[in-house]
Amino acid sequence: MFADHLDKKVCTPEVDKVPNRNGYGEGLKEAGEKDERVVALCADLTGSTRTNLFADAFPDRFVQVGIAEQNMASVASGMAAMGKIPFIASYAMFSPGRSWEQVRTTIAYNESNVKIIGAHAGVSVGPDGATHQAIEDIAIMRVIPGMVVLAPCDTIEAKKATLAAASYDGPVYIRLAREKTPVVTTEASPFTIGKAEVLFEKDDSHKKTVGLVVTGVLAHNALEAALLLAKQGVGVTVLHMPCIKPLDTTALDTLAATHDIIATLEEHQIIGGLGSAVSEYYSEENPKQVVKIGVRDQFGQSGEPEELLAHYGLHASGITEKILSLF
Amino acid sequence: MYHLTDREISGLEGKANEIRQSVIEMLVAAGSGHTAGSLDMADIFTLLYFHVLKHNPENPDWEERDRVVLSAGHICPVLYATMAHAGYFPVEELTTLRKFGSRLQGHPHRTALPGIESSSGPLGSGLSQAVGMALAERMDNPYTSKFIYCITGDGELNEGQIWEAAMLAGKEKLHNLVVIIDRNAIQIDGYTKDVMPLEPLRDKFASFNFHVQEVDGHNIRMVNDAIGKAQSIYSQPSVIIAHTISAKGVDVFERDFRWHGNPPGKGPEDRVPREQQAEVALEKLRTLGGMITPSDS
Repeated sequence: MFADHLDKKVCTPEVDKVPNRNGYGEGLKEAGEKDERVVALCADLTGSTRTNLFADAFPDRFVQVGIAEQNMASVASGMAAMGKIPFIASYAMFSPGRSWEQVRTTIAYNESNVKIIGAHAGVSVGPDGATHQAIEDIAIMRVIPGMVVLAPCDTIEAKKATLAAASYDGPVYIRLAREKTPVVTTEASPFTIGKAEVLFEKDDSHKKTVGLVVTGVLAHNALEAALLLAKQGVGVTVLHMPCIKPLDTTALDTLAATHDIIATLEEHQIIGGLGSAVSEYYSEENPKQVVKIGVRDQFGQSGEPEELLAHYGLHASGITEKILSLF
Repeated sequence: MYHLTDREISGLEGKANEIRQSVIEMLVAAGSGHTAGSLDMADIFTLLYFHVLKHNPENPDWEERDRVVLSAGHICPVLYATMAHAGYFPVEELTTLRKFGSRLQGHPHRTALPGIESSSGPLGSGLSQAVGMALAERMDNPYTSKFIYCITGDGELNEGQIWEAAMLAGKEKLHNLVVIIDRNAIQIDGYTKDVMPLEPLRDKFASFNFHVQEVDGHNIRMVNDAIGKAQSIYSQPSVIIAHTISAKGVDVFERDFRWHGNPPGKGPEDRVPREQQAEVALEKLRTLGGMITPSDS
């Protein structure tokens, strides 16, 4: 059963598809309207990160740093030290991929109020290939002390995440995708840093049950898989974790208590990502087997987004197959 | 930036000598740390904290203060010693350097000690932070006279990030940014000309649209005049290449790259045995290299 607040077109052919980076652009502009301390920096990807919406509205509060992600991270730290709330945007592979040490030392260790936007994360970047497909970014960001890590599931949630990041005092990473992806949530859907949301609740009639924890734009694939699995006699609850750090452990406890198996789904390496975060929690506090669905210690490659998601087992069919194999 | 009288210069030179002595005592107590740059930048740090800066040691967070970003974080002994002598914290605390629980971390930590403007140590990122500060300040106040001083090493200029930051500073014409380079010609592995030649350094910065000056980094009057000129340049960021003698003040440590990263007691032994290095350094400083007896001072 879908949560009441979801878009009614979810899992139908009519579902709207919008890149979630659009939500970032809209959220950033709105954050800029609400708080004049908000500034934006970009490393020559202003259009594709949708930072242009802010740059056009507030040209005096936008800094074009050129193709220099390491400099961008530390410049933002300096601006935050003077009271600004900087948002820095590039592709996740370059920021934080290339600028990790600058993020660690000059943003996180400095406790700087900087927001890092990693666009074009995941294999669904498509034809650009492995060099541009960040599937390690959750790992390298959640390992940094004090860093909040967000991966919104659609454009509406990305906008909420951006506004929440602007109001939050401290470093935040927001992971975004390139492709148009289904709009899952609505304005009415809740979003709070540190909170997970049940998007789909299993039917009590099923004997076999799986708690499927998902983050980012694969939430829609998780929902499709839940519908397919219900037909095969498996009850699936989809718990969406737009916030990977801090982890909503209360939601994980509830899920563990009411499901036979826990599975995780992410467009990321299974090493270090959402699956690892969930496993780390359960192994210490609430022992439970966790089956991780993601990229298994490989690089991405060129191809159409749908082809690649299918190849790495991240489509509804692949997810369904994997979960059925567990029983 | 007003002109310094001869009497004021003498006062600053005396203060720099006290700070050098503190640096030696700190490094000896810590048993590790960076000697050469900490000694050779004592004159410039003294000039900054005792003459140039708008700051208030009793209110380190004063909004209107100038900012000092130490990009070459490893020479923090001279930063800490200067701050203590200027009244930011008790001089007695200096010998906690690098010890467990100390506010004086082995490389500076912004949130550990009031008055530290940025965490640094990984080289090359301080200039970017200073550029960010200068940009943010100028957004709020285009005609600002609040200056951001960034202190870099010369070996540090090997880092690509320095030139990313320099490019942005030049593009943005950050008149409120003053970079001071400790051009002591050494880095850990050797002399800078051997590890990675930097010259023509003046031309490099000029081509990045900086106003460039070169000074004797131990001539306090000359450095002060250069800072005054840097402040008066409105159309460009400024860099002052301060030529220094590595480990200045202790002649038996000077001009030897092996003193870059070793404290007295662990340095090269060909001029002074290790067990005498601390004592000899302090004696050299107290007697100004043998020119005076301690009782004269």
